[in-house]
Amino acid sequence: MHVSVALLLELGLILAVLGIVGSLARRVALSPIPLYLLAGLSLGEGGVLPIPAAGQFVQIGASIGIVLLLLALGLEFSLAEFTASMRHHLPSAGVDLLVNAVPGAVAGRLLGLDGVGVLALAGVTYISSSGIIARLLSDLRRLGNRETPSVLSVLVLEDFAMAAYLPVLAVLAAGRAWWQAIVGALVAVGAVLAAFALAARWGHHLGRIVAHPDNEQLMLRMLGLTMIVAALAEYVHASAAVGAFLVGLTLTGRTADRARAVIAPLRDLFAAVFFIAIGLSVAPVMLVPVLPAALALAAVTALTKMFTGRYAASRDGVGRRGRARAGAALIARGEFSIVIVGLAGARLPVLAPLVTAYVFALAVVGPLIARFTAARPRTRPFDQPHGT
Amino acid sequence: MDVNEVLLPGVGLRYEFTTQAGERIGVVAQRTGDFEVVGYLADDRDEGRPLFRLNEEEAEALAQILGAPRIAERFADLTREVPGLSSEPVKVAPGSPYADRPLGHTRARTCTGASVVAIVRGADVIASPGPEQVLRAADVLVVVGTREGIDGVKRILRG
Repeated sequence: MHVSVALLLELGLILAVLGIVGSLARRVALSPIPLYLLAGLSLGEGGVLPIPAAGQFVQIGASIGIVLLLLALGLEFSLAEFTASMRHHLPSAGVDLLVNAVPGAVAGRLLGLDGVGVLALAGVTYISSSGIIARLLSDLRRLGNRETPSVLSVLVLEDFAMAAYLPVLAVLAAGRAWWQAIVGALVAVGAVLAAFALAARWGHHLGRIVAHPDNEQLMLRMLGLTMIVAALAEYVHASAAVGAFLVGLTLTGRTADRARAVIAPLRDLFAAVFFIAIGLSVAPVMLVPVLPAALALAAVTALTKMFTGRYAASRDGVGRRGRARAGAALIARGEFSIVIVGLAGARLPVLAPLVTAYVFALAVVGPLIARFTAARPRTRPFDQPHGT
Repeated sequence: MDVNEVLLPGVGLRYEFTTQAGERIGVVAQRTGDFEVVGYLADDRDEGRPLFRLNEEEAEALAQILGAPRIAERFADLTREVPGLSSEPVKVAPGSPYADRPLGHTRARTCTGASVVAIVRGADVIASPGPEQVLRAADVLVVVGTREGIDGVKRILRG
């Protein structure tokens, strides 16, 4: 077998650099996503370090990355959590959708994007990063706070909205007629509901197909099933990502817990590759003209997310400082805004640089704002060392 | 004592309770198996102050330290949910003929159909004891079975 020295070397260098910058980011409790985007930007054409040999792997890896991201999202999902969130936070979800999607849609109009572009940008500004935010709350040790359930409920409802939104976008982005998009959307929503029904009634049977005491077996069966379903979904223009999400939804309970643990490292690897691929698809010079628009949009939608969080937390009777914390926590955008570009970016050349800059700004600034919003006053004896 | 249970979607569950001394405690049980224990101050009930973090193993150890004396009662709580099945702690009295003799000699299961699922000895718990397990005076046997079966075990131990 021929071993490609160039491929191994380039890939090794990329991963090593990601490892180093990622650990730096973790040390200051920031998301590594912007750094992955930056790495992608600096590679490839127009960047400082071209990677001709690893390019093909990155392209393939990105497709696997988007599938694994959505599979993991589906595995996170539980119907009980969804219905509980729905009961308390339906108004919050409505406010969230209205105040955060509208700025994106307006910006899309102002930038002269077509209908698909407007819809895509609305999605980009709407969807918070559940990955970044859940991790942030844990890192800042705010899981015990009273505003945290409101924040997490908003995220769960957003994720559910994505399940209906992504297939619509995928069908429209494929350049099909509006009625095909409606059919596609109905099929997709029907599939999500069917997946829920399946999980509720026969989840344990389905779990048996992939469940195996051996982790290696579990992983192989999971990935095999997911990729087959993803391919079929893509074939009927419902998007591979949505297919993977459905597989994740149907697995519940113990199998889902184990599956989450087994695919987590794979997802992290291929998601990183996916972010690099998005960065690669943008030439750094394309960023300059969209930068003002991206930053303005980031500023506006940071404020609207703060409003959303405040509103959701106030519904749970949280005090003033807690409401501010909830608002700040929701600002970060990340993986799913990028997923949207992955679906719709190909035919809209302005979208990828715009969203890359936008996510870059909010994935960095969001956690920082959250960190310094309503931080604990350091004056209590509780925080001081003994004897002082 | 009221334990309040709060769902944390995507993360896990949070249990909250107020101790008799008036301190409010929160325990976040994460899906990953990790636990986070926080305390709430009287002046800000929204914000939990992180006290400590436990992984699965540490939480297990802590639970055993705190829960060992109560394990017999907890078994009783469990079986209350299954109709027809009950559970009861049965003490080996100092004068019992089976003190310092193996559990198998009581022939408790053969005669009554009830099972001894655990032996609580001071702070230790011997889970699923085998027939060769030697009983000691003051051991508490956790017996699971029908009402009559458990009464039978009590009679046998009394001698």
